[in-house]
Amino acid sequence: MALVLTEEQSMLRDSARGLISDKAPVSHLRHLRDSKDPTGFSKELWQSFAEMGFAGLLVPEEFGGSGLGFMEAGVVMEEIGRTLMPSPFLATSVIAASALNRGGSAAQKSEYLPKISNGSLLATLAIDEGAKHRPLQTNLQAVRAGNGFKLSAAKALVVDGHVADLFIVAARTSGAAGEREGLTLFLVNSKAKGVAIERTIMVDAHNAARIEFANVEVTADSVLGEVDQGAALLDGVLDIGRGAVAAEMVGLSDEVFGRTVEYLKNRKQFGKLIGEFQALQHRAAELYVDIEITRAATMKALQALDADVAKAASAVAVAKARAGTTATRAVQEGVQMHGGMGMTDQFDIGFFMKRARVCEELFGDANYHTEQLARARGY
Amino acid sequence: MTDSKTSDTETAELETFRNETRAWLEANCPPEMRKPATSDADVFWGGRNAKFSSEPQRIWFERMRDKGWTVPDWPKEYGGGGLSAAEHKVLRAEMARMGVRPPLSSFGIWMLGPALLKYGNDAQKKEHLPKIAAGEIRWCQGYSEPNAGSDLASLQTRAESDGDDFVITGSKIWTSYANYADWIFCLVRTDPAAKKHDGISFILFDMTSKGVSTKPILLISGYSPFCETFFDGVRVPKSHVVGTVNRGWDVAKYLLQHERAMISGMGERGVGRPLGLIAADSVGTDPQGKLDDAMLRGKIASFDVDEAALAACAERAVDLAKAGQAHPAFSSAMKYYGTELNKRRYEILMSAGGVDALEWESERSKQGARPRAWLRTKANSIEGGTSEVMLGIVAKRILDLPGA
Repeated sequence: MALVLTEEQSMLRDSARGLISDKAPVSHLRHLRDSKDPTGFSKELWQSFAEMGFAGLLVPEEFGGSGLGFMEAGVVMEEIGRTLMPSPFLATSVIAASALNRGGSAAQKSEYLPKISNGSLLATLAIDEGAKHRPLQTNLQAVRAGNGFKLSAAKALVVDGHVADLFIVAARTSGAAGEREGLTLFLVNSKAKGVAIERTIMVDAHNAARIEFANVEVTADSVLGEVDQGAALLDGVLDIGRGAVAAEMVGLSDEVFGRTVEYLKNRKQFGKLIGEFQALQHRAAELYVDIEITRAATMKALQALDADVAKAASAVAVAKARAGTTATRAVQEGVQMHGGMGMTDQFDIGFFMKRARVCEELFGDANYHTEQLARARGY
Repeated sequence: MTDSKTSDTETAELETFRNETRAWLEANCPPEMRKPATSDADVFWGGRNAKFSSEPQRIWFERMRDKGWTVPDWPKEYGGGGLSAAEHKVLRAEMARMGVRPPLSSFGIWMLGPALLKYGNDAQKKEHLPKIAAGEIRWCQGYSEPNAGSDLASLQTRAESDGDDFVITGSKIWTSYANYADWIFCLVRTDPAAKKHDGISFILFDMTSKGVSTKPILLISGYSPFCETFFDGVRVPKSHVVGTVNRGWDVAKYLLQHERAMISGMGERGVGRPLGLIAADSVGTDPQGKLDDAMLRGKIASFDVDEAALAACAERAVDLAKAGQAHPAFSSAMKYYGTELNKRRYEILMSAGGVDALEWESERSKQGARPRAWLRTKANSIEGGTSEVMLGIVAKRILDLPGA
């Protein structure tokens, strides 16, 4: 498979870009933030996403979806990254849809996937418990009670947590924190008794929440995949999410870089364009190279996911690690090269810096993924 | 996103080609040729005075040559394999999968060939390309001069018109393997009055011509393939100019793109044991099996991330070129990153080797193989255009930043 977009993928990119740049430029995020919008995204726009087949992009056609792959999901994520559009696409259409599609029973799939496709159901993965992403440290206890389980503990940084209808909760049914064995994924209705949701206003003005589970009762039918054997399913779903976030960060990096290069071509100081200064030219060129390499690594990861999710871990680790360092560099250079303007809230560059920081933490930062690669290579 | 019928057929044909290629390589590549070259003697460069270092090397070269696979994507009429871009990618992937060595290494293949295919006339192509493909003639590159390094276009070697000939006088430096080469492709100034980029011609001549002499250069790493090359009134027919007289800079730049692509791919990417395990041989591991130097381990892991990402980018660069979407200056970006990465690799290897990596002459150290290789990598970001020149090219030609 060539590491270039096919004609169909280019068309998908163009239609996603058309919709997103028209309806959700950075000013859209700014408006949601400043008006303290209770939903945190545009429901109307989400309906357009559903009508264009994006909400169910990864959902098989038999469940009303478009039946496309991770490369295509990455194409849409990259466009989302360009305007920082807050959207349920990542949590619902990429992560939850993949979890249900890969781990769900026939009944679970036919109950939830069509609703994801038509935009009527929002879902999200609740995984992190501590300050850093450590999936195996999951310690949320799910204790057998009668025919089902009772869940207790709290989850942090649950994307779209305050608007989601359905949580996919990673819990521990046996074993101790740190072990692969004993992890189980549960489907939990957000309206279930004992669920307490606290919307957390984050630095990037995107949706997130802390969710407390106080003896929340779920039936045995709510288990996604197999009891105690959830680690493999979780690994795959997280890798899909990581690949998607890496694509978002490529879009973000590319956009902030494009804006910065434009600024270098227009801003004058000392009687010349600042883009004439070699000190800035070389930094811009280095950043360009970094972004292109990260773009290729991300495409490689998405392609690996399309080929076989279970074998994509190293390619995904490379992509997410690179995306993190590249986006961090892009936004830092973006602010620095814009000078004082870059520090003002009035200017958009700061929004990119804030979102990059959140994306870096989502599903493991560069340090985490670099460590994963070292372990995979046995040193 | 369903494939059309045509692309299904193409995919099936490519799979057939893959299976045939795999079977042919299995049957024809001697086992000795299925591991990376570890010294220059393992590399076959061809040429009039070429000697094979082993029988398997000869067999492997001759079988690949007869199939046209020393230059798989060149036209068959010039001794190539006539493979499509997609087939060539499959062949490379299969060769990499089996870890087989290239049968022939040559500046003719990597640099001159592509330039001749684009700029050469019929007679030049027929004369030179088949001999490159068959490894009969070994070429060297006459570009840099003592006073024309990064600023290559300021070169002063002059070619004065005398009837049907040019008479060439001057000197070149960093001419790799000039002392072994049969022919040289050379940049000379044919119009001293023109602006510096406009008076240059790209010319080919035999290194046994009267007035050519060479002298090897000793580097900080010891013996090197580099030479100084001197021309004292060398007489060369004007028909040996490639492209138009005084328009040689176009040819030179085109060739440099190929050279840079080659250099960026020169690191030992993804072959052999992971760097972390090589380091563990000398550094040791902790009770959990982790490299017993946390800082070094982190550096190696970061290196591995960047190396894997660069490999993806190199693959994408080839795919973009095939799709006609590549920026012509992108090889400068790859050259910059690839060479800096290779320097990082050897800094890590030196750090991992510790005291063992400092021996210079012993048998135990294979005559200081590691420190010599480490020092040699320092030239990577100088030769073929310095990193600073590469960044300048990216800034101006790709990013379109204003000139100073």
